[in-house]
Amino acid sequence: MSAFGKAWVRVADNARRGKPVEIRAMIIHPQESGFRLDNVGQPIPRHIVDTFICTYGGKQVFRAKLHPAMSTNPYFVFYVMANGSDDLVFTWTDDRGEQAAHTVRLEVSD
Amino acid sequence: MADPASPVEIGRRRMLCTLADGACVLLVRPAQATPEDLAAAIRELFGERPIRPGRVHLEVPRLAENGNIVPVTVTVESPMTEQDYVKSIHLFAESNPQPRIVDVELGPYNGQPRISTRVRVAVSQHLRAVAVMSDGSLWSAAVEVEVTVGGCAP
Repeated sequence: MSAFGKAWVRVADNARRGKPVEIRAMIIHPQESGFRLDNVGQPIPRHIVDTFICTYGGKQVFRAKLHPAMSTNPYFVFYVMANGSDDLVFTWTDDRGEQAAHTVRLEVSD
Repeated sequence: MADPASPVEIGRRRMLCTLADGACVLLVRPAQATPEDLAAAIRELFGERPIRPGRVHLEVPRLAENGNIVPVTVTVESPMTEQDYVKSIHLFAESNPQPRIVDVELGPYNGQPRISTRVRVAVSQHLRAVAVMSDGSLWSAAVEVEVTVGGCAP
């Protein structure tokens, strides 16, 4: 079963052509580091989101490689230069090959 | 009767102490990286390319109450044009179990050379950010963060 929960994405709603627009993206995921022990002292196996990609109009505009030191429910804030109304597609992949995706329409005004 | 300060006695005590120290090091070792591990991780990513201080600003609370969720913002001085932009930003923790935290790829399409995220900080230590520019130069900044309750703890 996938460990992914809900994706939460917020994009500033006043995007103007030629200006950077702020994007906040979070996904529910335990991001189990592999360094914790359970209540009987056994190591809890590592299970982390290791890749996060955002595309804008099909073109990659953000890519992150995550390590176990990223917090539970990985969260990123970044910017994209608004150059037209198009889809922002967010994809998270964990180290068991599970994926979660979320699409948000970026409306750009002139 | 054995004199308590005889060389044999001291030798045994020393040996016990050394063994105990060794055991401590063995126990602590997997839970904490060292500045050497950080240097190795940086070398693995960037080889022997020179890393200069400057152009990178790392914002982290001076005192983080919860080491499991430490907000981090990295801003790089760059115009983010087609000719001159930030290619990537890399975050490191000097004393976490593993020094690497996250590697982010950017480009001129980002417009703003700034990212924020939330990271785990196991113990009070230095965090370091390295930015790779489009001209191939490397810039870096480090800040000290103190945590009340460490992240990554068992």
